[in-house]
Amino acid sequence: MRTVHVLAAASAALVSMSALSACGKEDKAGGRGGGAIKVTATDSSCDLGSPSAPAGATTFKVTNNGTQVNELEILAPDGKIVSERENIGPGTGVEVTVQLAAGTYKVMCSAGMTGRGPSQTFTVTGRDRAADPRLDQAVAGYRVYVGEQVDDTLAKAKKFAAAVTKGDVAGAKALYAPSRVGWERIEPVAESFGDIDPKVDLREADLRPGARWTGWHQIEKALWKKNSLKGERPFADQLIKDLEALKAKVGTASITATSMANGAKELLDEVATGKVTGEEEAFSHTDLVDFKGNLDGAEKVFDLLKPVVQEKDAALSATLADEFGKVRKLLVEYEKGTGYVSYDIVGKEQRKELSDKVNALGEPLSKLAGVVAG
Amino acid sequence: MDLSRRRLFGYSGATLAAGAAAGAGLLSVAQAHEGQAKDDGAVPFFGAHQAGISTPVQDRLHFAAFDVVSGDRDRLIGMLREWTAAAAAMTRGRPYGSAAGGLPESPPDDTGEAFGLPPARLTLTVGFGPAFFEKDGKDRFGLRAKRPAALIDLPHFPGDNLDPDRSGGDICVQACADDPQVAVHAIRNLSRIGFGVVAMRWSQLGFGKTSSTTPGRQTPRNMFGFKDGTRNIAGDDDRALDQHVWAAGKDGTAWMAGGSYAVARRIRMHIETWDRTSLKEQQDTFGRTKGEGNAYGAKREHDPVPLDRLPADSHVRLAHPDGNAGVRILRRGYSFADGSDGLGRLDAGLFFIAYQRDPRAQFVPLQNKLAASDHMNEYVQHVGSGIWACPPGVRGGGYWGETLFA
Repeated sequence: MRTVHVLAAASAALVSMSALSACGKEDKAGGRGGGAIKVTATDSSCDLGSPSAPAGATTFKVTNNGTQVNELEILAPDGKIVSERENIGPGTGVEVTVQLAAGTYKVMCSAGMTGRGPSQTFTVTGRDRAADPRLDQAVAGYRVYVGEQVDDTLAKAKKFAAAVTKGDVAGAKALYAPSRVGWERIEPVAESFGDIDPKVDLREADLRPGARWTGWHQIEKALWKKNSLKGERPFADQLIKDLEALKAKVGTASITATSMANGAKELLDEVATGKVTGEEEAFSHTDLVDFKGNLDGAEKVFDLLKPVVQEKDAALSATLADEFGKVRKLLVEYEKGTGYVSYDIVGKEQRKELSDKVNALGEPLSKLAGVVAG
Repeated sequence: MDLSRRRLFGYSGATLAAGAAAGAGLLSVAQAHEGQAKDDGAVPFFGAHQAGISTPVQDRLHFAAFDVVSGDRDRLIGMLREWTAAAAAMTRGRPYGSAAGGLPESPPDDTGEAFGLPPARLTLTVGFGPAFFEKDGKDRFGLRAKRPAALIDLPHFPGDNLDPDRSGGDICVQACADDPQVAVHAIRNLSRIGFGVVAMRWSQLGFGKTSSTTPGRQTPRNMFGFKDGTRNIAGDDDRALDQHVWAAGKDGTAWMAGGSYAVARRIRMHIETWDRTSLKEQQDTFGRTKGEGNAYGAKREHDPVPLDRLPADSHVRLAHPDGNAGVRILRRGYSFADGSDGLGRLDAGLFFIAYQRDPRAQFVPLQNKLAASDHMNEYVQHVGSGIWACPPGVRGGGYWGETLFA
């Protein structure tokens, strides 16, 4: 998981944030929806220049007239954070651009960045534009895929948890990495439910002082570091409980073609920052299994969006097909049994090669969302 | 024309400093030379020679070595074309593509950290290493036959302790600017454009220039606290440049006419032991004084050097052109300090860069001589190395390396 959450798969993907003061020039981003919405925050109020906007890219111009550092949150009808911007200093302003679908949102100003504060209702009306039915199809296909992956990860996690409960160290070790694959494939969607991700996928290094560490990596450490499952049963139970909560919620995830594309790019970011470095699986060294999961998930998105990408930017489509193929081919060299070699025996030069290939794919993949939205 | 700004940089400034008449005529004469900054601090990118070689040395360096990771010649040329377009924009102080205000769903074309900054005399200089032409016996891009004879694999020099992670590279890019943010921005954006075709192998920041290519100017000091390379080739000395720096068609490689060969060496200095060394030994090591920088037996920094008055193993005596049958190189090195090494010592030294017409006749014999006898070897170690053939300058509408791929 990542320590900083950008909720890419929420109904509205965060697309642009820029400081108003930068270069004294207004960012034209998100001009599609007409003028920007003025938000005036004080320590105890949150005023909107307009209570509604047409669907599409909406820009909020926030000015903090209070004495405390403020935070802007845009909340979806179900209360999930669609977008947020922290650290808006007293007397300063920022611009936040968000892609909003029709619905009723809340715009909240949180003085002192407590996650609470006065809010206003904000209504988004109409359709963004004539929707491309192929994109609707892609989103529908992706919903099915997400559901399958949650089922897969839950089923395998149950087997893993059973081994943990039995105290079967060898069995649990074998079941650990496979249980994570479904999760890794849809990580950006899973992370959009902000409360579940830190419970199931937090790394020890990211733990806040005093916080209780639960989830896969807690059990991973017991298995590989202590080689013992003593006292681990509650953690196994909790993991299943949390994944069942994910299963119950995942159907409500707001998914758009743009958020799917952004999610694919984020999966490659995950690989580039967590897996290639070997930080994700610090004890089990099963990073390459996660790597493949992230890659699968990103490629699935590309496959679903391909008809549209092919038409709008054939060169990008060809590059992505080529680069996905190269990373996949390189990973094959590391296959061992039904999984992959332990990442701690992957040398510096090999890691560099993996990293280069991931960058070669990640860079063009970052253009996917723009092509889909443009 | 903003004379006060010009005074800071370039030959015209040197002329002023030397007390000569400062007329518009002098300035226009200076402008005829390669790499002279315009009033806004932009060094022309296009020209007969690449900028960044004879250009008056800027304050900061970001030097990067890339490996080509694609076997596709057309993609490689496409990237060099895009690099050229990006370099032409960035050296004018402009972002490449949109830095802000593009499509909101897409990452900005330009990374943006140089947005609003002046050109800062940014130059970008590209070269091709030996493995660009042939790697592991493979003729990768149909260029094997075009490898210049002068682009040798550098031999092992006594005392070398080269780190492969800081050596070699199929392509080098030297970014020099008066603002480090401008230099780093340039390398970062070229690297980003290159993903999939090239991958960065290593890069080096340099914070202080150690050479001057500007006649009459004092030579900047290196991390030893000394001036070195005081007889450097001046950027406006066309005769010396043609004789020692620019490759000519008659040298045997037609596509390199107007180009030059770059050798880079990461020279770690044993700062701590040097600092405990007596002034006398420090001065004897160089064969010059620490204060003025005059060679022993001479009065001023730029005075002729009576070589026989210098210790036999002193750096100046061994390296000076007069003791090497007139062999000269154009030095453009920078000091570096990359934090510390875990043993409480600064990881600092000189990132040596030299441009020349033929390394076989210039850098190699000089370095062999220094490696064998230089008293300074007690205080330095060469830990990184590279050699590249830098093609001639880019003509309008052309691209880096066009003469090679033609």
